[in-house]
Amino acid sequence: MLKQIEGSRAVAEAIARCRPEVICAYPITPQTHIVEGLGEMVKSGELANCEFINVESEFAALSVAIGASAAGARAYTATASQGLLFMAEAVYNAAGLGLPIVMTIGNRAIGAPINIWNDHSDSMSMRDAGWIQLYAATNQEALDLHIQAFRLAEELSCPVMVCMDGFILTHAYERVDVPAQDDVDAFLPSFEPRQVLDPAEPVSMGAMVGPEAFTEVRYLAHHKQLRALELIPKLSAAFQARFGRSSGSLVKPYRTEDAETIVVALGSVNGTIQEVVDEMRDAGVKIGSLAICSFRPFPLEQVRDALRHAKRVVVIEKCLAVGLGGIVSDGVRNALSGIVLRGYTVIAGLGGRAITRAALRQLFRDAGNDVLEQLTFLDLDEGLIQYELEREAQARRSGPTAEAILRRVGTVASQVA
Amino acid sequence: MDKPFAITLDVGSSLANKTGSWRTSRPVYVDRLPPCNHACPAGENIQSWLYHAEAGDYEAAWRVLTLDNPLPAIMGRVCYHPCETACNRGKLDESVGINSVERFLGDEALKLAWRFEPPVRDSGKRVLVVGAGPSGLAAAYHLRLLGHAVTIIEAGPLAGGMMRFGIPKYRLPRDVLDAEIQRILDLGIELQLNRKVSNILDTMHSGAFDAAFLAVGAHIAKRAYIPAGSTARMLDAISVLRGMEGEDKPLLGRRVVVYGGGNTALDVARTAKRLGASDAIIVYRRTREKMPAHDFEVEEALQEGVLIKWLSTIRNMADEGTLTVEKMRLDDQGFPQPTGEFETLETDSLVLALGQDVDLSLLDDVPDLVIEHGVVQVASNMMTGHAGIFAGGDMVPSERTVTVAVGHGKKAARHIDAWLRGGRYAPPPAHKLAAFESLNAWYYADAPKTTQPVLDLARRASTFDEVVRGLDESTALFEARRCLSCGNCFECDNCYGVCPDNAVIKLGPGKRFEFNYDYCKGCGICVAECPCGAIEMIPETI
Amino acid sequence: MEMQTVKFYQTGTFTVGNRLLAEDERSVQANMHRTNSLNSGHRACQGCGEALGARYAIDAAMRSTSGELIAVNATGCLEVFSTPYPETSWKIPWIHSLFGNAAAVASGVAAAMRVRGRSAVRVVAQGGDGGTTDIGFGCLSGMFERNDDVLYICYDNEAYMNTGVQRSSATPPAARTATTPALGREPGNVFGTGKNVPLIAMAHSIPYVATASVANLRDLERKVAKAMTISGARYVHIHVPCPLGWGSLPADTIKVARLAVESGLFPLFEAEHGEITGRTPIRRKVPVTDYLRLQKRFAHLFNVADEPRIARIQAIADRNIAKFGLLETPAHG
Repeated sequence: MLKQIEGSRAVAEAIARCRPEVICAYPITPQTHIVEGLGEMVKSGELANCEFINVESEFAALSVAIGASAAGARAYTATASQGLLFMAEAVYNAAGLGLPIVMTIGNRAIGAPINIWNDHSDSMSMRDAGWIQLYAATNQEALDLHIQAFRLAEELSCPVMVCMDGFILTHAYERVDVPAQDDVDAFLPSFEPRQVLDPAEPVSMGAMVGPEAFTEVRYLAHHKQLRALELIPKLSAAFQARFGRSSGSLVKPYRTEDAETIVVALGSVNGTIQEVVDEMRDAGVKIGSLAICSFRPFPLEQVRDALRHAKRVVVIEKCLAVGLGGIVSDGVRNALSGIVLRGYTVIAGLGGRAITRAALRQLFRDAGNDVLEQLTFLDLDEGLIQYELEREAQARRSGPTAEAILRRVGTVASQVA
Repeated sequence: MDKPFAITLDVGSSLANKTGSWRTSRPVYVDRLPPCNHACPAGENIQSWLYHAEAGDYEAAWRVLTLDNPLPAIMGRVCYHPCETACNRGKLDESVGINSVERFLGDEALKLAWRFEPPVRDSGKRVLVVGAGPSGLAAAYHLRLLGHAVTIIEAGPLAGGMMRFGIPKYRLPRDVLDAEIQRILDLGIELQLNRKVSNILDTMHSGAFDAAFLAVGAHIAKRAYIPAGSTARMLDAISVLRGMEGEDKPLLGRRVVVYGGGNTALDVARTAKRLGASDAIIVYRRTREKMPAHDFEVEEALQEGVLIKWLSTIRNMADEGTLTVEKMRLDDQGFPQPTGEFETLETDSLVLALGQDVDLSLLDDVPDLVIEHGVVQVASNMMTGHAGIFAGGDMVPSERTVTVAVGHGKKAARHIDAWLRGGRYAPPPAHKLAAFESLNAWYYADAPKTTQPVLDLARRASTFDEVVRGLDESTALFEARRCLSCGNCFECDNCYGVCPDNAVIKLGPGKRFEFNYDYCKGCGICVAECPCGAIEMIPETI
Repeated sequence: MEMQTVKFYQTGTFTVGNRLLAEDERSVQANMHRTNSLNSGHRACQGCGEALGARYAIDAAMRSTSGELIAVNATGCLEVFSTPYPETSWKIPWIHSLFGNAAAVASGVAAAMRVRGRSAVRVVAQGGDGGTTDIGFGCLSGMFERNDDVLYICYDNEAYMNTGVQRSSATPPAARTATTPALGREPGNVFGTGKNVPLIAMAHSIPYVATASVANLRDLERKVAKAMTISGARYVHIHVPCPLGWGSLPADTIKVARLAVESGLFPLFEAEHGEITGRTPIRRKVPVTDYLRLQKRFAHLFNVADEPRIARIQAIADRNIAKFGLLETPAHG
C-alpha cells in the first residue's frame, strides 16, 4: 500500500508487520518517532501480542532486548548517537551471545560538541561489535531492510543494525510502499531461536571463555558474517521476488560499467551522488557510483569487482576516523589490494552539514583532474580554521573551540535550526 | 538445541571438575560418647532411647532402653539420675529430664503390657543367681536373654530386695515393682523364695550350676553404741522399712528421731510422718552440704515438715525417751568434733539409720576369696577370687544404689556368658566424650525442662501415694526432644544444607550422611555448624 | 520466634532439617531431592557464602515455581565461578549478559514469557553487591519502577570480590578493602558513606522487599517463597560472608553471618509496598566486636584498640535495632 508518510513512521509500520514481540523504547533524536509510532500501535491494539517497554536508558533498552531474545521473543529496539554509545557494552554482548535482535540506528553525530544532526559516527563506532550493519539509501529501502533484517538475523542468530540517516530519512515525508501483512508473513517465518532459555531444556548462556577457546569463538563470529555475505543477496532476491522491488543486497553499483571515476558512499547521500553522476554522464564524464548497503559484513569481493577497472575511487565518508581519515576507505583499500588506482577520501556531511550537488560536482571534477588531496574535508571553512588555530596558539586559556567557532560564524546553536 | 560453541553450555557439566583436589583437610563423621550414657551406672544407652522417644516411637525407645536395663518403671522412680547431672543441656538451660522420660516409658510399657522377647536358643548352661534384688534380677534377665537357664534363690518372702524392703511405697508403688519383676520372670526364670543359701558351693553342686552370681545385698543394720534405758524404744531403719511391707506397721509414736544422714534416714523420717508422727527429727553430725542424701530428697522431706538437726550426735537415751544430744563442730578437715555443749530431745522412738552390712555367711567355705571392709572383692569382670562365682550389688565395693546394682547385674551377666563360653567379654571401645564445647548450641531451640508434677503437700504427707507423678505423653515427648544428641548425628540435615559445594550426600531417614570427597573442598562449615559435634576435620594425607 | 510456626521439635527450625517435622514443613535444603540448582564442581573459594546463598535462594525459588524458573546473572564471582567454559554448575536455564544489566535482561525474559503465553515461568535476576548497588543500580531501579515481574536477588558480600576486594557502595564503615586500605588517619572505608538498597527498593513501593542471611535458612527460604507468590518487582538482599575478602575462616562463614544478624549490623526485615511488615528478632544479642573480631578486614580496629570507631559501629547496630525493633517479641509468635 502506497503511503505518503514520515520515514520513521514507514519504518514503524514495517517493524509492526514483522510481528515483534518485545520492543524497548528510550527516546533519543532522531530515532524517537519510530518507537513512538510503535508504542501507539501497541497501545491501540493494532500491534497485538507485543510488549512495549519504556526503559530507563539505552543500555537497559538493549539489555531488555537481550533478555527477551534469549528467551525466544522477537525483539526490537532503536537508538542513535550517544544512545548507541551508552549501550555499547550491550551491543557487543548481544552479538557475542548470538541473539537475533534488530535495531534501527537513526544515524547522528556524536558529541562533544553535542549535535543532533546526521552523520555516521555512531554506527561506525560499533562497526566491529559483531552486528550486521545495513545502510539504507532511501526511506523505501529503510522500510524494506527491516523486513529482511529480521529474517537475516534469525537465520544467522546474529543481531542486525539497520542504519538510516537521521532527519534526512527519519524525518522526511516520502511516498513509500508499505507491504501487506500477508506478504511479510510469507517472507518472514515466525522466530525459531537457535538457543532459548527454557525450563524444559535448560542451558547456561553467556559462559566465561578463556584463551583456550576465545579465538575460536571470535573466528566463528567472523564466519557468521561470511555466511551473511552469501545470505544477504539471496534474501534481497527473495524479497524482490515477493515484493517486486530491489532493496538491500551487498552493494549497488550505479553506472560503473566503463567508469574511470567511481564514487563510493553509504546511505542517503547516494541519492545526491547519483544525480550528480547522471549530470556528469550527460556531460560525457565516465563516472559512476557504488552504494555499499552491507557495511558489516564488508563485501570485499563485490567492492573489488565494482571498482577494479576504474582509474580512481572517491570515498565519501560521513564519519571521520580522527587521526587517520576515513573508515570506509580502509575497507575499500583493503578490497582493492594489489590493484593500482588513485584513491580519495572525502569527509563530508559531518554533524548534519548539507552535501550539495554543487559541492559534489566540483569535488568529482577535481577528482577527475586528480587535484584532490588524498584526504579532503568537503566544504571546510579554511579561514575559520586558520583563525581558530592562531587564536589557540596565542592564548593558553583559549576556551572551548566549538563555542569560539560559533561566535566567529555569527551564530549560536539555538539559531542554527 | 543447536548451541553456539563455548558461550552456551550443557547444564550440570561442572561435575567434571573435581574440586575435592583443593582440600588440605577432610571432614569425617564421628560418634562420641554422650555424657548421660557415660554417667549412667546401669550403662544405659540413654541418648539412643531418647532418639526413638523424640519421634514418639515409645516402644522402640523402651526396647532400646531394656537392652541394658529391664526395670525402667522402677528406675524412672528411684534412680538418682547422675545422667541428668552430666547432661550438657544443663549448661544451656536445664538438664533433660531423662529420669522422668524413663519412667514414662516404663509406665507406658506396663500399661500396654509390652513383653520381652525370649531368647531364640538355649545355651545349655545353668546359672544360679543368689538374691532377687535389682542386681540379681538384672543379671538373671541378661543371662536369660543370652540363652542360659537361670534360677534365682531368694532368702526373703518376696522378690525385689532393697527395692521392696528399703524404699518406701510413696517413692516406688508396689504394683510397679511387682509388674517389672514378673515381666523378667516371664522370660522363663525360676524363682525360689524363702530359701537362704547357706553354702554356695553346695548349692551350686547340688543344682548342677555352671556359674553363680551372688547379689545378696546388705541387710544387716549397723549399730552404734548409744547408752540407753531398758525401756527406751530404739529401732533400726531397715527393720522399720521392712516392717512397712508387713501386716503390722511399726509403732513409732508421735515423736520420732532418726539418727543418720543418708537417704535411708530421710526415707524413715518421711515414713514416720506418714505413719502419723507429729515430729520427725533427723539428727545428723555434719552439715547439709556434707550430707550423703540427695538434695532433692532433703528438699522434699523439709517440705513435708521433717526437721533436721545439723552438727549433732546422740550421746544417750533415757527410759522416758529423753535423748541427750551433743553439738558438734567441723574441724579443718571437715570432720565433726565434739563441743561439750549438750541439749535434750524428747522422743517416743529413736531409729538408727547408720548404714548396713552384708551377710557373707554363704561364702564361709569358699576358698580364694578376698573380703575387705565387709564386702567381697571382685575383678573387673565381676568375678570373685573363686572361678565361676561372680558377685555384685551392695555386697561388692561400690556405691549402693539400685542403678549401680542393675549395672552390676548386666556387666556380670556379660562376663559370665563369656566365661561360660570359654572367652572373655571385651566391651566395645568407648568413644571420646562429647564435651559441651564440641556442640554448636545455637541450633537448639530454647525449651525449659518440664517439671514433673509434685503431689500436693498436705496430701502426700499423710498418704503413701507417689510423691512425684509421671509426665503425660505430650510432656514426655517434649522432654525427650530436649536431648541435644551430644556427639551423635541426629539427622538435622545441617551438614547437608550448609555445604556450599553440595558435597554431602543425604542417605535417607535413619541412614545419616556421607561426604562426597570428589567435591568437598574442606572448608569445614559442616563441622562448625554441626549442632551435636558429630563431625571433625582431619588432615588430608597425600 | 516469628519463624517458628511448628511446635518445639528438639531444634525447632534452626537447623536445616528436622526428622521430626512433616516433609512439607522441612526446609528445601533438607530435601534429598532438592534441585541443587548450583551444582558441585563450581570454583567458588572454600566456604563461599555466595555459593551457599545462591543455592539456598534458587533452590527455594525452584520449589516455589515447580521448576519453572529462568535465572539471569550479573557478572561477578557467582557468574565466573559457576560458568567457566567448558563447564557450568547451573542446572536451570541461566543467562549471563553483563555486569550492570541483570535486572534489565530479566525484564526482557519476563516480557518474553508473558508475550509467549508462558507466564508460569518466573524470572530471577541475581548479582553481587557491586552489580546491584553500583553498576547495575540504574537497571535495577528501572525494573523496580516498571514493576516488572522479576525477583532480583542481591548476594551482598560487601565489596567487589571478583576483582580482588575493592570497595563498593555496600562496603561497611572501617572495612579494609584494596581501595580503602587500613592506612592513614581514618583507616578502611570511611564512615557516613554507602547506600542501603533494600530501603531504596522500598522507596519504589514495589510489592515485596526483604533482607535475609545465609545464617538463617528458614527465614531466607520463607522470604524467597513469599516473593514467588507475588507478581511484580521483588527484591531480596542476602548477606553472604566472603572468607577471602573479609579475612574470615572458611569454616566460620555461617557463624560470621549469624553474628552480623545477632549484633544488629545486618537487620532482617521485610516490606510490602514500601511499608515494613516484618522483622526477624535478634535471638541472642551480641556486641559488634564479636562479629568484627572474626574478620581481618576489621583487624586495624583492634590492633590499636580503636574504641571510638568501634563505638561508632556499635551505634550503627544499636540504631538498626531501634529502627527495626529487632529486640521486640513479635505480636504473633
